[in-house]
Amino acid sequence: MSTYTAPMKDMQFVLHELAGLDAIARLPGYGDVSTELVDAVLEGAATFSGEVWGPLNKVGDQQGLKRHDDGRVTTPKGFVEAYAKFVESGWNGLRFDPAFGGQGLPKLVDTAVMEMWNASNMAFSMAPLLTQGAIEAVFLRGSDAQKQRYLHKMVSGEWTGTMNLTEPQAGSDLGLIRSKATPEGDHYRIQGQKIFISFGEHDLTDNIVHLVLARTPTAPEGVKGISLFLVPKFLVNDDGSLGERNDVRCVSIEHKMGIHASPTAVLAFGDGPGAIGYLIGEENRGLEYMFIMMNEARFGVGVQGLGVAELAYQQALAHAKDRVQGKDATAPKGPSVPIIRHPDVRRMLMSMKSRVEAMRALAYVVAAMFDQAHRASDDAERNAAHAGVDLLIPILKGWCTETGVEVASTGIQIHGGMGFIEETGAAQHLRDARITTIYEGTTGIQANDLIGRKVLRDGGRSMQALLSQIDAVCEQLEAGDDAQLHAIGARLREGSKSLADSVRWILATGMQDLNAVLAGAVPFLHLCGVVCGGWQMGRAALAAQRKLAAGDGDAAFYRAKVATARFFADQDLSRARGLAEATMHAGASTMALAEEQF
Amino acid sequence: MKILVAVKRVVDYNVKVRVKADGTGVDIANVKMSMNPFDEIAVEEAVRLKEKGVASEIVAVSCGVAQCQETLRTAMAIGADRGILVETGDELQPLAVAKLLKALVEQEKPALVILGKQAIDDDCNQTGQMLAALLGRPQGTFASKVEVEDGRVRVTREVDGGLETVSLATPAVVTTDLRLNEPRYVTLPNIMKAKKKPLAVLKPADLGVDVAPRLETLSVREPSGRKAGVKVADVAALVDKLKNEAKVI
Repeated sequence: MSTYTAPMKDMQFVLHELAGLDAIARLPGYGDVSTELVDAVLEGAATFSGEVWGPLNKVGDQQGLKRHDDGRVTTPKGFVEAYAKFVESGWNGLRFDPAFGGQGLPKLVDTAVMEMWNASNMAFSMAPLLTQGAIEAVFLRGSDAQKQRYLHKMVSGEWTGTMNLTEPQAGSDLGLIRSKATPEGDHYRIQGQKIFISFGEHDLTDNIVHLVLARTPTAPEGVKGISLFLVPKFLVNDDGSLGERNDVRCVSIEHKMGIHASPTAVLAFGDGPGAIGYLIGEENRGLEYMFIMMNEARFGVGVQGLGVAELAYQQALAHAKDRVQGKDATAPKGPSVPIIRHPDVRRMLMSMKSRVEAMRALAYVVAAMFDQAHRASDDAERNAAHAGVDLLIPILKGWCTETGVEVASTGIQIHGGMGFIEETGAAQHLRDARITTIYEGTTGIQANDLIGRKVLRDGGRSMQALLSQIDAVCEQLEAGDDAQLHAIGARLREGSKSLADSVRWILATGMQDLNAVLAGAVPFLHLCGVVCGGWQMGRAALAAQRKLAAGDGDAAFYRAKVATARFFADQDLSRARGLAEATMHAGASTMALAEEQF
Repeated sequence: MKILVAVKRVVDYNVKVRVKADGTGVDIANVKMSMNPFDEIAVEEAVRLKEKGVASEIVAVSCGVAQCQETLRTAMAIGADRGILVETGDELQPLAVAKLLKALVEQEKPALVILGKQAIDDDCNQTGQMLAALLGRPQGTFASKVEVEDGRVRVTREVDGGLETVSLATPAVVTTDLRLNEPRYVTLPNIMKAKKKPLAVLKPADLGVDVAPRLETLSVREPSGRKAGVKVADVAALVDKLKNEAKVI
């Protein structure tokens, strides 16, 4: 049985020392956010995730969902009650506008709380994740009337939201969407089939607000002819009460590798007279609206990778301390010892721990950039934060999810044969994590976005800004006379050079030989990931060393932080050169074979 | 009616406490601290009485270091209306806390004082009883049920061998047992509201109380580890050991 305890100490450290919570709290509009308040919020969320969501993680995986003949979908035992508690406790509205019942807290705080939901129960956390995306869309582009009618209940979580993009023929390529929207008075009639709709149908709430991409009759072909519609499961009367059942039905749910408790629905719109839908914003701008939320959605999935990795680490650590097997290699005549004494098991635990901490640091730092991009009073500051977010999102999404899968796999390895047995519960984390590298844009799509839009299109300027920040950390690491920091600094310096070389090569090659650059896109993304992870762990080591020098706080924690940063530098960051080589030379062979040769 | 609830900041129940190397006490540096779980039950009970319309105001009190303000904020997030911290860095023993609470009861004049039956750090189980004695008011300790009717408090107590029900004239002191209620999860809106509720900070001297310890701690040691078991030859040997060695039968 895997239980989850929110890693409060590390979360607090990252929030305060790396993500600059104090500075974020001072941004306009966050006036009430004090350290004590954030502590209390995190405590509350930690308790809730550990006691309410966590115990249902395995139940959800084992029981899964049931679709009934009438199209209803029922969630595993305990989910309805837990979700009701979640709504009652007001957690869903954490970062939303108080005008709609939210609490208006920074995204940085929200991110730490989302990590807890993801880690304690990733399948369950899909419900708030999708609802929050839908809230964002209605909030940014909906009319005032739409906001008043739907947002209060969505912010509270009394109604959940969905995103209906994918159709059988339109996956990553949304230009192929065929769902139709025919105008009829003040609304439209929607017809079409959508697949892969997370929480598209369930029994947690009495209404679901679907956001649906479809084409109007006069729409141009391709991505420029897609509009966004709000299609409630039950129509909502003027007084807010629920009216008629809309013409949208769940025709099936998918049988998946993981996140078994998250219903992935096939939704049929308009089998009868057509589902009533309301246009959000203007016609033909649906995809553009979706892109506004893309960063948020991709960020959210990156945090899932982090969350699952943390849970896998906690379970593997408990096993390694508990499982007695073999002798201490240096005391072969002694008693049998817990496997955590064996250096290779220790290596695996350190690799899990250091990667989790690096991912957390990067994720929270990006969350703080979101807050700055939205709230900073200074234009230049806002723009810089915006550019930083744009550059780091594909890296965060791609690297945290790929690393999440690797960490979950290492967790199984630590369990040995028991890890391969489902009852142990270690396998669930790998199965759950596996979708994160796929949805909201696969790793390949993130890597292409990184190279195409974020490096080539801006001529490497954002990347240059990032590299100079990294180099500044190198200088600080090299400055003093601390041997640990020097070692970390040298690795980071090497990583930064490898990244700079790759960027130069991409800029020089991209225009003549795009295929060569794209063939190396994923190794490049990994390179960016380890260097950014190393950058944050370098900052973490500096902060920890400062605390140690000042004799301030928990010395054991800070010493562990420095050692963990050192491990990351030696074991992960040291791969930067190899990843740079892989990036720059992928073109030589990847596209060399003719299609018939495969 | 007004209810006064006393809450203590203690080492979190999940923390494995360690004795300081010099044997002067347990090490609480960098250790997670939380509200004493019995006190959480006390706050919950007060809030339920308020929700039933029985109580009109709940005042949470804590005695100790400045960080006890966090504990008071938690009490206010559960539903207490305001907080009072009697701030001191000195060691506080149950008698001193009882005297501080007595002074506050005389100021605040609550009809009911609810406390945890004991704190999970020192397990003293004394403060409530001492407070009642100092006030000269009735006490209902180890409560598993509390009902207020016609100006009296009916307290069902968990005692050896069963349940005892007592009826107390108010003002009265009640201490809570584990089965009284299951504290709610604090809600996010209430966490946010709690920071805006009033919190007064006093010093023991403001209440005219001398908190100097009356007991001296000689040394603190870890409990001795569990001894290895032995195999007995037969039932007769087992009975013999139970009778003569363990002296339990």
